[in-house]
Amino acid sequence: MSKQNGSATRNGKKHVSDESREYSVGEDLRQRGVSRRDFLKFCSAVTAALSLPVSFAPKVAEALDEIKRPPLVWLEFQDCAGNTEALLRAANPTAAEIVLDILSVDYHETIMAAAGHQAEAALDKSITDYKGKYICVVEGSIPMKDGGVYGCVGGKSFLDLARKVCGGAAATIAVGTCAAYGGIPAAVPNPTGAVSVKEAVPGATVINLPGCPVNADNLTATIVHYLVFGKIPALDAFGRPLFAYGKRIHDNCERRPHFDAGQYVEQWGDDGHRKGFCLYKMGCKGPLTFHNCPSQRYNEKTGWPVGSGHGCVGCSEPAFWDSMGPMYKRLPEVHGFGIEAMADKIGIGLAVGTAAAFAVHGAIMAINKDREPGDTTREG
Amino acid sequence: MTRTQVHEHCKLKRYIWELPVRWCHWINVFSIVTLTATGAFIAHPFSVAHSASDFAMGWVRFLHFAIGYLFTVSVVSRMIWLLIGNRYAGWREYFPMLTARGRAKLRDMFRYYLFMSHQVPETIGHNPLAATAYFLVFCIYIVMILTGFAMYAQHAPGGLMHRSLGFMYALFNTPTLHLLHHSLPWLLLGFVINHVYSAWLMDIKEHGAEISSIFSGYKFTLKKEDE
Repeated sequence: MSKQNGSATRNGKKHVSDESREYSVGEDLRQRGVSRRDFLKFCSAVTAALSLPVSFAPKVAEALDEIKRPPLVWLEFQDCAGNTEALLRAANPTAAEIVLDILSVDYHETIMAAAGHQAEAALDKSITDYKGKYICVVEGSIPMKDGGVYGCVGGKSFLDLARKVCGGAAATIAVGTCAAYGGIPAAVPNPTGAVSVKEAVPGATVINLPGCPVNADNLTATIVHYLVFGKIPALDAFGRPLFAYGKRIHDNCERRPHFDAGQYVEQWGDDGHRKGFCLYKMGCKGPLTFHNCPSQRYNEKTGWPVGSGHGCVGCSEPAFWDSMGPMYKRLPEVHGFGIEAMADKIGIGLAVGTAAAFAVHGAIMAINKDREPGDTTREG
Repeated sequence: MTRTQVHEHCKLKRYIWELPVRWCHWINVFSIVTLTATGAFIAHPFSVAHSASDFAMGWVRFLHFAIGYLFTVSVVSRMIWLLIGNRYAGWREYFPMLTARGRAKLRDMFRYYLFMSHQVPETIGHNPLAATAYFLVFCIYIVMILTGFAMYAQHAPGGLMHRSLGFMYALFNTPTLHLLHHSLPWLLLGFVINHVYSAWLMDIKEHGAEISSIFSGYKFTLKKEDE
């Protein structure tokens, strides 16, 4: 456990010393001083993250012991590097090591030591030498408008890079909501025509790991799944792994008993808020959001938004930003009535209007002397 | 000649609304009232519980889901009855604008409602104006049922219901499902005001037992539909 820092330097060197790739993951860990005990702890944690039975932990360990390190390239497009931050700040050292050190990270703009032409040459070498074998991680959305002029690295547009790198990868992992669904850059009015990786490169094999930021444990688990089983995990209709996005936050929430009981935070800082009641009325989007935040949590599993007393904002949903808002209201606002009006206000207006209209109608009808059908003798 | 004279002064008792039609109508009334009440609580709950072991919202949601199933069965049964019921229950009744005769009846009713005519039109089955509205109401029912079950199915992603409703998630994102399911009942409330008012109005004006017909099935009309 001697290596908490300096991964950037090592990663920068990796593309130079190709023979290090020949080590198995287990061997590499041992060489780097990660104890067998820590390795097995990591295997158990990742098995749990993958929702596999505990009996799979030895199998994961066995597979990781033998598997050869796959090359990995990390591309950053229209992003805030928040997912990189989430990964680098992963408190559990073995998790970060597995992803950053054990994988052969050949290219990562934020952390690599190489720069300029050297770095681009490393990327080219990796994607040529390991065509169809490397893993690509993408962070950030891809601008499509005006021929993709709104973002480029080394003179190549994000779109061209994505097509080239993601197109030749064994699998592309889109980390964060921007890469998975366009995210904040794609929010109205979307000035750069930002799209997700899957939309930009429809032919690529893409695993979406949305979230703002991605949960680093889910990324590690996805990569381990790929290493152990040789295939990508089962995905839902939005391309998200079921092990991490297969359940609603609301259904696994630690505050759920308060929801079912009928105990709600009515106001920030009120008694219920202090007692940890349900945040449903404060606009929590947990009932609309599929993610394993309640069980996996962030920051060494110490906390997550709802646990900290703030409602879920639905950051990992395809609809995030444009339709998950307002953050502190349960339902979206209704536009198009001149002013922004909530659905209920419109509804009440409609009901009152209808009642008033028919009251007037009824009053006129009461005065009117109408002829009954076919009967000329009576008036109704 | 005697018969004609009788026709001019006496109304004939006619069986209009068959039993399934009346059952569906009253199950719908019950469902809509209880679903609206429970739905309003789900949308705007107030803190009622004294301990986390209470189950207030749990029971309200259970009622909402159970009655949601009842309502669905009722609406689906009524849709089947559209095909096998009598002429007043059949699907053609809801599209009066498709026939010249229907359009004429629709125009007469429209003129009457806008005070342009003082001749109360004779309606034997559905009021053509009402029937047109019922078509829209049916559409609202279907959207309510589909959005409701689409949200409900999210508790078990990958399950049969969730997979069958896959098209709903492709059409609408989840916040839109919630907004639609929350907003459309306001249209139904507007409809209910209109519906009760019109039934009351026509009962008074037509002298055909409009209101009691949905309990008994019988209306009193001067002439047969085809005459």
